[in-house]
Amino acid sequence: MTRVSLLATAAAVALSAGTASAAERIKFDYWYGLTGDLGEVMAKHCQMFNESQDKYEAVCTGQGGYDKAEQNTIAAYRAKQHPTVVQIYDAGTVNFMLSGAIYPAKKFAEDFAIDVDWSAYFPGIANYYATSAGEMWSFPYNSSTAVFYWNKDEWAKIGKTEAPKTWAEFGEDLKALNAAGVSCGFAFDFDTWQNLEQFSATNNLPIASMDNGYGGLGAELVFNTTAFVDHMNDYKAWMDAGYAKIQTAQVGKNLVQAFADKSCASMITSIANHGTVKNTQVADLNWGVAMMPVIDAAARKNSLVGGASLWVMEGKSKEEYEAAAAFLKYVTASDTGEKFMVSNTGYIPVTTKGFELLKSEGFYADPKYAGREIAIASLTASEVGPLSRGIRLGNFTSIRAQLRSELEAAFTGQKTMQVAIDDAVKAGNDILRRYEQTYRGAALP
Amino acid sequence: MEKRATFSNLWLAAALVAPQLLLVFVFFYWPSGEALYWAFTLEPPFGGSNQWVGFLNFSTVFSDAKYWASVRVSLIFALVATVLSLAIAVLLALFVDRRLPGHQVYKFTYFLPYALAAPAVGLAFRFIFAPDAGFVSAINRAFPDLWNPALDGVDALALIIMAQAWKMAGYNFVFFLAALQSIPRTLVEAGAMDGASVLRRMRDIQLPLIAPTLFFLIVINITDSFVDSFGIVDITTGGGPARATDLMVYKIYSDGFQGKDYSLAAAQSIVLMLLVVALTFVQFRFVERRIHYT
Repeated sequence: MTRVSLLATAAAVALSAGTASAAERIKFDYWYGLTGDLGEVMAKHCQMFNESQDKYEAVCTGQGGYDKAEQNTIAAYRAKQHPTVVQIYDAGTVNFMLSGAIYPAKKFAEDFAIDVDWSAYFPGIANYYATSAGEMWSFPYNSSTAVFYWNKDEWAKIGKTEAPKTWAEFGEDLKALNAAGVSCGFAFDFDTWQNLEQFSATNNLPIASMDNGYGGLGAELVFNTTAFVDHMNDYKAWMDAGYAKIQTAQVGKNLVQAFADKSCASMITSIANHGTVKNTQVADLNWGVAMMPVIDAAARKNSLVGGASLWVMEGKSKEEYEAAAAFLKYVTASDTGEKFMVSNTGYIPVTTKGFELLKSEGFYADPKYAGREIAIASLTASEVGPLSRGIRLGNFTSIRAQLRSELEAAFTGQKTMQVAIDDAVKAGNDILRRYEQTYRGAALP
Repeated sequence: MEKRATFSNLWLAAALVAPQLLLVFVFFYWPSGEALYWAFTLEPPFGGSNQWVGFLNFSTVFSDAKYWASVRVSLIFALVATVLSLAIAVLLALFVDRRLPGHQVYKFTYFLPYALAAPAVGLAFRFIFAPDAGFVSAINRAFPDLWNPALDGVDALALIIMAQAWKMAGYNFVFFLAALQSIPRTLVEAGAMDGASVLRRMRDIQLPLIAPTLFFLIVINITDSFVDSFGIVDITTGGGPARATDLMVYKIYSDGFQGKDYSLAAAQSIVLMLLVVALTFVQFRFVERRIHYT
């Protein structure tokens, strides 16, 4: 009897202690998609926020990938178990805008007194995430863009000290590199992000009608009628001539691995890999980054932003939103947010304020980070035009997958390039029409 | 004259089967019912305003040439992987049953692959068979471009078939061995005394007597290769190159979870379920008749 009551008292004490500490700190859920090294940086960022104050606590959970983060959030939302804040990648933007499940960033910032200078975002970033009315519905967080990575020693063999500026020049360089005994001048894969999307943006070519989908859900794909087809034919010709190689995980080494171990002399990938190359390169790799080549150097347009932004979900309590607001304030501020992300990963600052802060501290002069400012230069290479704003197409991940499969078919000689890309456009348009029908009556915000 | 255990107390019987029925309902009938409903509607990812569209999802599925390609690949995969793994397993079991030196170790190690999760198997096969960096790259050095699952669809299909067969061989082996050991020794010994060789005894005595096990394993293997091959495909080939390994179950995943088109994925799962049910039915109807249970 006494033992039981003793236990009960102990339990009651433990319970009240538990509720007391919970009452001190208001918790909210934050889900993120970053994994590996980047996931650890993200977890550290959460921890820093939790240690910076004692009112709120962010419960941060990695979801094991960007696509998983989106899938899990959707499933959780349907079960009413969704997080308050979630990190969603660029390609998920349309789904979230149409979901009716989110609290638009601009409104959230006003309601919960987050002082955001919306005009400080780089135009390329602000435009990408904004609605047609120019309002931002999510907070840009980790951002990147595509750049050209090149092995300076290999280029020295053909007497050049600068990266090629146009695709024509790049083609000449590859031929010369091959003649100089370089067995793989260029590593590429079938990722459409750099090959289609960044290529089209920097050369001012359309991917879809209605300003790449920003004009509405009725957009149709048009990339089978642009210079993209010739560009892919060039890739194929380079591969057939032995100048370039396909490097994917299935071959054994992906782009970054093939570049970092010196087996291929160049590649085009996200600036976010800058840190990875630095950390994994063979010791004597002498490399640099440059802006992606374009067709006409005088007409270069800005490249597109990639990465992810933070979305606030609807249906949470006022307290949780206050906690989330404090978190968002912390992780997007120039000093506690952008600087932390940029110096620990390969991502770029998202506001001019953050960029200036880093520059004034001599960040880009440090040999470890030198070259990353190229990404900012690429992102701000021109005024943002209707075709370099971004891509806003429903179910774009499926369209990417269709194009990837068709490119595989073309590069293995099952189809000609034009037929393959026509087929991808046709399948992609079917996907867009299904999406339009699924959201019948809904208008793109 | 059927033997049947009967319960006079129906309530007790109901209470005893209730947990099992509940499990089947929660994990099978409920999700299947939901999928059936989604298959006839257009379901936005976040839920809410789904609309009835009749057979639209099914006609979209069936009018897509890529879907039929996927069915074809799935059938080839299921048949070849099943035959391959059964053949390997029955050979291994026959020899372990002969109690050759070290058979205890073999018994244990042959089963191990089945204890591995499919993605782990996929990862191992991806490393071993990577054309540039894997163990197999030696072959490519001798015969350039002979093996490249990243670019050659046939190689890629061969790769996932090998992985699946390797994984299932351990499972099949255990069943075959158990069946072989349940054959009375006297039968085999009688054959030996009549002068039948080892191979002859295997062919005429042992194999016919394990036919029921063989039938059971065919059903299990075919079902497994239709519904449980996702992990291997996802890790080794991702459905490529150019959809050469886009199995039906993988297509459901990529359309549903990556593409967020839940309705299209639901329609495909209904078709896959019907196909597996039909295959199993055919096997019971036509194959089982030839089998004599002892």
